[in-house]
Amino acid sequence: MVSAKRIAADFKVFSRGYLRNKFGLFFGLIFPVILIVIFGAIFSGNSSGTITVYTQNQDTGPFPSPQLDLAAQFVQALNGTLPDGTRISDTWPIRVELVDPSENFTKYLADHSSSDGILIPANFSEKYLAGQMVDVTVYGNPTSSTSGIVSGTVSGVINSFNLKYYNPDAIPILGIASATVNTEQTQYVDFLIPGLIGFSILVSPMFSLVNISSEYKKTKLFKQLSLTPLTKMEWLASKVLWYIVLTVISFLLMVTAGVLLFGAHITLTVWLIPFLVLGPMLFASLGMLVGTVTKNPETAGVIGNIVTFPMMFLAGTFFPISIMPQYLQSIAHVLPLYYIVEGLNNVMVYANYTGAVIDLAVVGVITVVIFAAAVKLFKWRED
Amino acid sequence: MISIEVSSLKKYYGEIKAVDGISFTVEKGEIFGLLGPNGAGKTTAIEIMEGLRKKEGGEVKVLGLDPWKNGYELHKKIGVIPQEFTLFEKISPREAIIYYANLFGVKVDPDDILKEVLLEDSAKVMFDNLSGGQKQKTGLALALVNSPELLFLDEPTTGLDPNARRAIWEVIRGLKAKGKTIILTTHYLDEAQQLSDRVAIMNLGQIAAMGTVDEIIAEHGSGERLEIHGSKKLADYIKANTELKVEYRKGMISVPLEQKIDALAALAAAEQSKLDWGEIHTRRDSLDDVFIKLVSGMVDEHGEIIVESKNNNANG
Repeated sequence: MVSAKRIAADFKVFSRGYLRNKFGLFFGLIFPVILIVIFGAIFSGNSSGTITVYTQNQDTGPFPSPQLDLAAQFVQALNGTLPDGTRISDTWPIRVELVDPSENFTKYLADHSSSDGILIPANFSEKYLAGQMVDVTVYGNPTSSTSGIVSGTVSGVINSFNLKYYNPDAIPILGIASATVNTEQTQYVDFLIPGLIGFSILVSPMFSLVNISSEYKKTKLFKQLSLTPLTKMEWLASKVLWYIVLTVISFLLMVTAGVLLFGAHITLTVWLIPFLVLGPMLFASLGMLVGTVTKNPETAGVIGNIVTFPMMFLAGTFFPISIMPQYLQSIAHVLPLYYIVEGLNNVMVYANYTGAVIDLAVVGVITVVIFAAAVKLFKWRED
Repeated sequence: MISIEVSSLKKYYGEIKAVDGISFTVEKGEIFGLLGPNGAGKTTAIEIMEGLRKKEGGEVKVLGLDPWKNGYELHKKIGVIPQEFTLFEKISPREAIIYYANLFGVKVDPDDILKEVLLEDSAKVMFDNLSGGQKQKTGLALALVNSPELLFLDEPTTGLDPNARRAIWEVIRGLKAKGKTIILTTHYLDEAQQLSDRVAIMNLGQIAAMGTVDEIIAEHGSGERLEIHGSKKLADYIKANTELKVEYRKGMISVPLEQKIDALAALAAAEQSKLDWGEIHTRRDSLDDVFIKLVSGMVDEHGEIIVESKNNNANG
């Protein structure tokens, strides 16, 4: 017979012990947030920021009047500003960093580890006004993702200068209206948050229960608990409950960090709840199982790592499994964590609830099986 | 009234006969000591009685229950300190008592129990910061939470310093005064002698002797003997000139006394020899002597046998 009172008593003692252990608290709550910050920072760099482009303007004049310094106007346009001072677009992709005309430009680019540069020749204004052909040189590395953006922006500015030459009052007839599609708007961080939530759902309960169950066996603490009315099912239930609480807290911290720091786009719905409940239950039970079937804490640790590490990296936690080769994807499909991470993605990012139901069903079945096996195989006392 | 009834109890681990057919009964209100070196089978026997291990053969009834089959029921009526008692690191004795009370569904005043085991001063210290003696006292406190009529104390003072041991003894005496039945295992002879009403000396899975300490000494001891500090030469002289049995070991001549007058004959022969001799006294076998005879060795503080089997009666 399961007693809620005994579960509550054990829960209280276990959670208090956990909170008194600063190390566990760090790994349970702070570490996942740190991961969000680190990975968010690494991968959000080139998608959200503007590209800095070193530009050398060799056309230093002299100019009869400032209006005739067309090179300066060109630079201004490259920065996304019209002669009257208005911004062309809020999301102008490049920002010009002027380089002194006396510098050796190619060497300067190399010294500054930059693959993007624009060179405006000395007689730029004079030739433009005279209607003679003049070239602006765009430096770029074709393998860099920024090169296309820079050359595209520069040719856009050149086109408008060509147009203005023939008709200073010309207004463009064709423009671009932009619209966004949900999936295309997804940033890395949107995907990273469900992945790292999955990571913390796996790591905290799993490692902790492997450790506790093998240590308690070694120090005979289980034997001692078996002398009280507490049952092994109640014992495991209180651990599961605690890791659910911890997971929910950790979930809220990670989502807050992701949204505040990286502007992650995340949907919060009741659909998340079954994943946040079943996940810790699954991995606490799995940890218990590993600790139970192994002989000593050392073996338990090794087996625990063997079970945990593939899931940590292959289940879609740090990067989508779609970028992995097919055989690794096949492995991912047998890892329980994969269905939790995919389910969280379906719910939080893609709003794909049909997919989420399937993931949930898979997770539910695995959880029930593992929990039952852990309770069954786990022994308070020896024969 | 009988609290525990054990007959022909057996437990084998493969070839090893951990418990090999032991039988005894423990009366209500008694302190029963299981004495023996490590590996004698004390812990296996006590764990079978607690319902933590399954017996292989024989009969065990504890408070009228089969400990293995009715363990859950039995555990509400007994208190146990397992060997090398340990608990969660981050819990204080006071919190631990409340935890156990909640598990047992009983109402207790933690301070009463802390007082009973002389642990009021460390009530709020985290378990991993407690001394060995305080940890054992915490174990005692937890064993008392469910007001058990029967207590199993498995080596409650092993590894403790003399003061801590005496403090635990005091607690155990207090429990006996309250009418608790106590099964105590130990490898300290003085502990068994100090606390137990009756003792069973276990060796190699069997009971080598059982009864009160006096009964065991009377049955297995050698009786009174005269001891003379003197040389091997003197021992040989006494042996040659009397009808007495003479033993010699490391400067000590030992003469078993069939009757008191034998002492006079031995001393007369010694005087006659013109050899030097020192202190003389008579003594009886102590529990130590009997223990050495029965388990063929002396045990150190960890319960390991330190003297290998030797012939104590090596004739001079």
